[in-house]
Amino acid sequence: MEEYKMTIGIECHVQLNTKTKLFSGVDNDATDKEPNSCVSPIDYALPGMLPVLNKAAVEKAVRAGLAMNCKINLISRFDRKHYYYPDLPKGYQITQMYQPIIGAGAVHLPDGSTVKIEHAHLEEDAGKLTHFGSYSLVDLNRAGTPLIEIVSMPDIHSAAQARMYCEELHHLMIYAGVSNGDLYQGNMRFDVNISVSKTDELGTRAEIKNLNSFRSVEKAVEYEFARQTALLEKGEKVKQETRGWNDASGKTTPQRSKEEAQDYRYMPEPDVPPVVLTQEFVDKIEHEMPMMPDEYRTRFDSLNLDASEREAILNYPILAKRLTEVCEKNVALAPRVAHWFSGILMAEENVDKDYSLATAAELLELSEMVEKKELSSTAGKEIFLEMYGRKNTSKTPHQLAKEMNLLQENDEEALGKIIDEVLAAPECAKAAEDVRNGEMKAIGFLVGQVMKKSKGKANPATVNELIKAKLS
Amino acid sequence: MITANKDIKAVDLVREALEKAKEFEEYHCFISMNEARALEHAREIDERIARGENVGRLAGVPYALKDNYLSHEGETTAAARMLDDFPSPITATAVAKLEAEGAIMIGRANLDAYAHGSSTENSYFGVTHNAHDMERVAGGSSGGSAAAVALGIVQFALGSDTGGSIRQPASYNGVYGIKPTFGTVSRYGVVAMASSTDTMGCFTNNADDMNLIMSIMSGKDAKDSTTLDDFWQEKLEDGKQAEKKKIGLISDFLGDGVDPEVAKNVRDYAKKLEKAGYAVEEVSMPILKYGLAIYYVVQPAEVASNLSRYDGIRYGHRAAEFDDLDGLYANTRNEGFMPENKRRIMIGNFVLSSGFFDAYYLKAQKARTLLINAYNEVFEKYDALLCPVAPAPAFKIGEKVNDPLAMYMEDVMSVPPSMAGLPAISVPAGKTKAGLPVGAQLIGQRQSDQMLLSIAKSVEEQA
Repeated sequence: MEEYKMTIGIECHVQLNTKTKLFSGVDNDATDKEPNSCVSPIDYALPGMLPVLNKAAVEKAVRAGLAMNCKINLISRFDRKHYYYPDLPKGYQITQMYQPIIGAGAVHLPDGSTVKIEHAHLEEDAGKLTHFGSYSLVDLNRAGTPLIEIVSMPDIHSAAQARMYCEELHHLMIYAGVSNGDLYQGNMRFDVNISVSKTDELGTRAEIKNLNSFRSVEKAVEYEFARQTALLEKGEKVKQETRGWNDASGKTTPQRSKEEAQDYRYMPEPDVPPVVLTQEFVDKIEHEMPMMPDEYRTRFDSLNLDASEREAILNYPILAKRLTEVCEKNVALAPRVAHWFSGILMAEENVDKDYSLATAAELLELSEMVEKKELSSTAGKEIFLEMYGRKNTSKTPHQLAKEMNLLQENDEEALGKIIDEVLAAPECAKAAEDVRNGEMKAIGFLVGQVMKKSKGKANPATVNELIKAKLS
Repeated sequence: MITANKDIKAVDLVREALEKAKEFEEYHCFISMNEARALEHAREIDERIARGENVGRLAGVPYALKDNYLSHEGETTAAARMLDDFPSPITATAVAKLEAEGAIMIGRANLDAYAHGSSTENSYFGVTHNAHDMERVAGGSSGGSAAAVALGIVQFALGSDTGGSIRQPASYNGVYGIKPTFGTVSRYGVVAMASSTDTMGCFTNNADDMNLIMSIMSGKDAKDSTTLDDFWQEKLEDGKQAEKKKIGLISDFLGDGVDPEVAKNVRDYAKKLEKAGYAVEEVSMPILKYGLAIYYVVQPAEVASNLSRYDGIRYGHRAAEFDDLDGLYANTRNEGFMPENKRRIMIGNFVLSSGFFDAYYLKAQKARTLLINAYNEVFEKYDALLCPVAPAPAFKIGEKVNDPLAMYMEDVMSVPPSMAGLPAISVPAGKTKAGLPVGAQLIGQRQSDQMLLSIAKSVEEQA
């Protein structure tokens, strides 16, 4: 029997982290601010107010487009999308229906698959309603926040791939520096269109609106696949409709059918002139683009990292950057740094560390010290963690090692003294005797005693050699 | 323009204007007066004159402000119940520029609600009467402003012109009216009607006054992205270039459907232009007859969109009774808008709705492009065009209220330049035998506004 195959296209709304809103000069960051405190007469839609396009939002949109390998349209236009809701002050949203700024492109996923981008457009966000029994309150702080809506082609065929695509978009937006990417704050929201079919002909799709976490994207797709498959198995039809996702119940529920779909009465926006970019402007931004995750992956190929290790590091652009810098200077030392990074990231308590604190030079210095056995690998890791907790960034790894008394003792003369003391100790007499008699097993005990006496700073291999020499 | 100086007190200018406004109260030019504040400003200006300070080019000049401009002085109503009790926190750019030159707003002039209309009969606050005949309309939508200048209450008044709302009332009341090139004056702070053709202009008694007001109001405004770089020169050139200029008299608007007395007055005006040295010849522009159809698709679409913000949620009127959110919207908008507002909202939403958009809105926009091309072609041959402003002189109050199509026909000659973004002025051409004023409309290429004023001035000088 043929298998059911799912086909998924995703629309992703990304809030851009511009200083001011898309069409007004007020603060775009309303985090922890009073409701309706970041609202201008334009956002409030007073009579006679006109939108003035924020150039920084255009630039960020171009960056986002380039991050997704998209064609940038040198001429784009704005349109009005009409509907009534108290969180939409003008009664229409300014969006780009017909000529979006970002054209076709492609996002490459870490599993090697590619999801094509149909287009992406600039638009303004709506405000927020909070419902209280008999009344609702409107907060317009978010009204007018610049968004780009990224529309994918239906290239996704599993829940895991859907999640991976969303995570990769998140990466791209963060690496391109266009969004804060805080999903909890709604910086990125996903609408998932999914249909199921046994043949090449696509089935009827349902749209699951407003998913705000990677997990909910994955779970909602899994649920929808099961729901639609079950319907088809029963010989029933899938209804074309909009559905909502309930995180608690883990189910999607119908919201609006195709027949109830709104007529948005799109109209060209007469108050905002067309956006006309020059190729030079786009080229300049392209030139200034930082490395994207995919390029980092290629660079890290030679380090033979686990995929999970590599992806953990890629979650932190600054760490990916540091690792690349280390690679450029000394690729042999880079795997150790990579392991430190992934190790630090696995530990819950380290999530919020300031990862910009250690420079590539310092990381190199530290791994060289371990490499040269000036530090044990345990001590190296201890200092590594210390570097991200330090308040005073001027201390080098060497200074820290000294301060923390972790430098390994390689000085044979100094070690010789400690060994002599150990060998002279009565509790060691038996072991020393055994070694002299060729019972080399006993040497471990002696090395251990030396290590103890040196407070772990002695290089065990050196100690081993020195003891052998003394007892032969 | 009479301005305040050492000999003429601003307080006297303002007092005189306020007295005249009272004298002509029955014409109902104003929705609200700004008496106390106007007098206070006048006193300030007089004090500054006494101290020898620079008080601006419009020092102490009283003016009437069409009540769709926002100003921190008083309340803006747009002549609709929807905006009843709306003290504006901001001031329109045009108003701010006039105030900076010492002009003093004495009152808010009446209009058709939201500037929808051609007679100022669609005002929530009652009709404005024609300055020359109490039984007739002042025209619209800027009827209050036109009548206030015609009655001599003020030397100038502000209006807005989307499809003829300055030119037609100027014609009906026998004063000068200008619809400048689209983008000349900032639209910031003016209640939007149809964004792609909304222009801000004024009424005056002569070309020089108009030039002065427009030179002050015009210019790039960061708050209105459609404004043009300032092209307005301070001085108006006289008609010396006349002999080199050719004016096309649009024959399509002089025959059928046009009042013979209107046609005669416009032809007489053409003769005056010839006398001043211009070459005038008749030109036919058959495409102009589609102008009205284009306008009454595009304009209601933009109107419906622009009026969406009046939902009773944040400011203005909100229905006292409603059952749910839809009820709040429906009752608020039903109570707040005038019938003509509702008519345009319905037309606009229809032409934008899915399934009809291509056939109406998109087709109208394509026809609009053809219209613009036709103008460009004609302007290769002519420097300016001449035609009537409206097919007939002012009609009787109530005559067309129940016939919206007849009312829309009022705009047939004024909307084509609006759709093309061209400057057009209405100048007094003469009067009918019954004593009703008739205006002539001069139309030019984009940014040739001042040339049109120069032409008008050369005829003015013959008198």
